Amino acid sequence: MQNNQNFDAQKIRFDLRAIANLINKNSKVLDIGCGDGELLHFLKSTKNIDARGLEISHTQVSKALIRGLSVIHGNAENDLSIYPDKSFDYAVLSQTIQATQNPPKILIEMLRIANYAIVSLPNFAHIKNRFDLMFSGRMPVNKTLPYQWYETPNIHFCSILDFEKLCFDLDFNIQKKIFLTSNHRFLGVFGNELFANLFAKYGIFLITKNEFKASSQEEFAFKVVTNLGYKPAISNYDYKK
Amino acid sequence: MKVKSRFGHLNQEFEVGNIIYIAQNSKLKLSSGLEIENFPIAYQTYGNLNSDKSNAILICHALTGDQYVASTNPVIQKDGWWDFMVGKGKAIDTDKFFVICANVIGGCMGSLGPKEIDPKTNKPFGSSFPFLTIQDMVRAQKLLIEYFGINKLHAVIGGSTGGMQVLAWGVLFPNKVKILIPMSTSYRHSPQNIAFHEVGRQAIMSDPNWCEGDYLAQEKFPKSGLALARMTAHITYLSESSLQKKFGRDLNNKSGFSFSAERDFEVENYLHYQGSRFVERFDPNSYLIITRAVDYFDLESDFNGKLSGAFVELAKNKSCKICVISFSDDWLFPPSESKKLTHALSACDVNVSSVVIESNGGHDSFLLKNDIFEKTISGLLIEK
Repeated sequence: MQNNQNFDAQKIRFDLRAIANLINKNSKVLDIGCGDGELLHFLKSTKNIDARGLEISHTQVSKALIRGLSVIHGNAENDLSIYPDKSFDYAVLSQTIQATQNPPKILIEMLRIANYAIVSLPNFAHIKNRFDLMFSGRMPVNKTLPYQWYETPNIHFCSILDFEKLCFDLDFNIQKKIFLTSNHRFLGVFGNELFANLFAKYGIFLITKNEFKASSQEEFAFKVVTNLGYKPAISNYDYKK
Repeated sequence: MKVKSRFGHLNQEFEVGNIIYIAQNSKLKLSSGLEIENFPIAYQTYGNLNSDKSNAILICHALTGDQYVASTNPVIQKDGWWDFMVGKGKAIDTDKFFVICANVIGGCMGSLGPKEIDPKTNKPFGSSFPFLTIQDMVRAQKLLIEYFGINKLHAVIGGSTGGMQVLAWGVLFPNKVKILIPMSTSYRHSPQNIAFHEVGRQAIMSDPNWCEGDYLAQEKFPKSGLALARMTAHITYLSESSLQKKFGRDLNNKSGFSFSAERDFEVENYLHYQGSRFVERFDPNSYLIITRAVDYFDLESDFNGKLSGAFVELAKNKSCKICVISFSDDWLFPPSESKKLTHALSACDVNVSSVVIESNGGHDSFLLKNDIFEKTISGLLIEK
């Protein structure tokens, strides 16, 4: 069993390992878009979590069920409504938010059903993307963004700063953030956002509602709000629609 | 105890395997208010019950199925209906699990049913047999489980009508099971499905040999009515695409149309074959009793229109998990109904999984070999 765990720990996708580090032992986790259950399986075997998943692809659901996980066949856009309020400690959305129709609605739903939301996303403002667009004049296609413009499922790209702004507008509190570079190294926790926005390929955020009191969560010692002087949203976009 | 029973329009006698008499000391109260006691349940088991009696899996058969899950069926002389799933080294591994399957009450494979002899009159029950519900069938299964001394089942698994029984287990005995796997089923029987059942029942009852249900006493058998009921039902078990793939518009060994009502098409021939095999093994009164029980099944109305209310007690059993399995081209119990069931389970925080398995066998897909399906079932049964 010990060997298995080590093997899994080495195998798990680098950004999922960073997400796993944000999750407390013995907690209850919903992984939205859990795929074949890689993260949930890892968390279950290393942190004894109560693991649940939501996945849109039936072949992926079957793979997760074969692993003995509890996964519902459904989609993040419509099916989060089936979960009661605060039914999870954490709701995880990894590299999916940019492919959803209504990202704010999903964030609001995540923090309705869970105390903490963990969101990871590719940073569209990465320096390579900026160069690609500036010098070739065409939409960037690379390892992180492997799709042509006409086939990409990613319909709502954002940068790290854009995402932080959205959290600010929604009055959500970013408790922790992790930036990853292409070499899979941590760029630094609570690093300079402008620097991260240029050099990080991925951002991972641990978010709570602002009214959520972290009193029992002393491990989150760095309860920080770095809003970079964001102004409230000027658009009339209805987040709840 | 082994007994023999008579089957179908040929009234042939076959052995029906193991039988025990349950409800010997206390009566079983049916949903209709009637009571039954000291009645037979016919069952088969596979594998061995372990010392702490924790490895038992109850399999619930479908409408016209029986207890012969994984061994040769003595009446039709064919492999059990889930032979590919249950056995040594198979998805439901009988080296690990003790598998029990019992013929439902109201059935005709040895359990208390309308073709058995009523000890009070010494004649077959026939039309006097009480109408039942899915819940009644499950209460009888519970008595069988108690007979084995099993306190908690490792799993209850079943498809279609059997899937309704699985759900009824979750509602009636939420603390007596660890894993529930309802397949190709629903929390209620839809109006369209009730309509199809009624066509089948009317086919049986309009047969001249029906004799108001007492055909056995009069040594008759509504053979053509029962065959017709089966033919109609069989269409609903397949799908448009599976019929297209299997038969297309192929003619039945003919070079052209006969310009008569003869069976020109292969698909007609197939349906007639299904009907003719069915009347060799099934009892018309049982068909009425069981289809009626299925029609009455509606957990939503049982809980005042709030389906999640059915699972409140199940949600309290934190060690229980449930996986709702449906098949993509099942139009009798479509994936949309499973979705509603999954949502209701999730709404009361039951540990629920669900999957729609890609299929091309229609409703009967759960009876067909399918690698992903088998692996999914085996994954679900592993204790983690």
